[in-house]
Amino acid sequence: MKTEITHHLTPQLLMAYSAGTLPEAFDLIVASHLSLCDACRAEAESYDAVGGALMEGETSEMSAGSLEATLRMIREGGAAEADAPCAAAPPATAELPRPIRDYIGGDLADVRWQGMGMGVRQAILPVDGPATARLLHIPAGAEVPDHGHKGTELTLVLKGAFRDEDGRFGPGDVEVADEAVEHTPVAEAGEDCICLAVTDAPLRFAGLMPRLAQPFLKI
Amino acid sequence: MLSNVDWLDEKAAWPVAPPDPPPGAGTVAFLGDAALARMSDTNRSGTEGAATGAGDAAEPNAAARAAPEWVEHVTRIRDARDEAAFAELFAHFAPRVKAFLIRSGADGALAEECAQEVMATLWQKAHLFDPARASVSTWVFTIARNRRIDALRRQRRPEPEDLPWGPEAEPQQEDMLALQQDSERLAEALRALPEKQRHLIERAYFGELSHGEIAAETGLPLGTIKSRIRLALDRLRHALK
Repeated sequence: MKTEITHHLTPQLLMAYSAGTLPEAFDLIVASHLSLCDACRAEAESYDAVGGALMEGETSEMSAGSLEATLRMIREGGAAEADAPCAAAPPATAELPRPIRDYIGGDLADVRWQGMGMGVRQAILPVDGPATARLLHIPAGAEVPDHGHKGTELTLVLKGAFRDEDGRFGPGDVEVADEAVEHTPVAEAGEDCICLAVTDAPLRFAGLMPRLAQPFLKI
Repeated sequence: MLSNVDWLDEKAAWPVAPPDPPPGAGTVAFLGDAALARMSDTNRSGTEGAATGAGDAAEPNAAARAAPEWVEHVTRIRDARDEAAFAELFAHFAPRVKAFLIRSGADGALAEECAQEVMATLWQKAHLFDPARASVSTWVFTIARNRRIDALRRQRRPEPEDLPWGPEAEPQQEDMLALQQDSERLAEALRALPEKQRHLIERAYFGELSHGEIAAETGLPLGTIKSRIRLALDRLRHALK
């Protein structure tokens, strides 16, 4: 099941994921890659440690009685949530990483695909925010259609493999491409390729979010 | 490649102009790289690195505890629902969580409410805390961050697949201690950073920084912490096979 992952996330993306400043779609693809890649997971957790150390630096006084209020909150409502994680163990047969299963509400067999022509299918995942996420199903040997990424696009391979000018991308590999990258990925012969692709849409950026996320993504 | 246009406007708004990103900043220099180089240095000089500096500096807060002690507090909550241990954790961490949320844009009332919820989550999830992979500070930060995303951004936060501890995967004491000490060193190194560099990192975490600005090498000892976490993950994966 475990294959060698050769294309990883950038430190900038991992740090932004840890800081919690990415749009939801990018959080989804980072979390999915981390589910498959221990190297990136360890790196992301080390950025969490930076966050923890930063948080130590400053305090703001809690209001009077806040400890008692919190203990009351714990006594009143805590037990149910505390038991939840037992159910979280991944089924041994799962085909997709859990973050993606959570958005599908099931596994690969439950994806509701829509045809895009030439045998290619897609399924848009319900993420909020200024970036979109979709699953792509590309028949073996077929070219990935131009899905019009105007900003930064990340593509995570879940099954099969594709090749483009940057090399071969197999399960767990993630390609980071900005709009300047002209690439024509082709699914490898032999097995259909299933990917998660997320893209930001610079034109829809407005307000606070773009200032937070855009610079990280324009790598 | 990084285009200057993306962050030029922000730069103008800075009280002090940040340094220009070095050419190729996006691909070469970043926190992790400098730290990795440093990590091999540290390994060569044995454990001395861990002993020098960190912890010797006078802590302004007399009640401050070493990272392993906080681990023990969380364990007491997990095993004995110990409210006294919780009260101490609360006294230390709740004001820090509140400050973090205020700096991230929450008003005082929302920050207060969220800080209480974060501390309640600490109690409820004490059994999920893994001292071989994180310090209590780190863990509390991740809970606070997720609460921030939920409360301030109203966004879901996808998390990686859980790696549940099996019965035989109980963290080893020495792994746990080493990771906790690494975390203290990291905090110490962060405090020792020049003001300007620390400010850049803070902006990244409080949500208002462009990546070109952080491209400077800070030399934080991130590499050791990363390798410890990696080791813990390897052991865990092995145990789960």
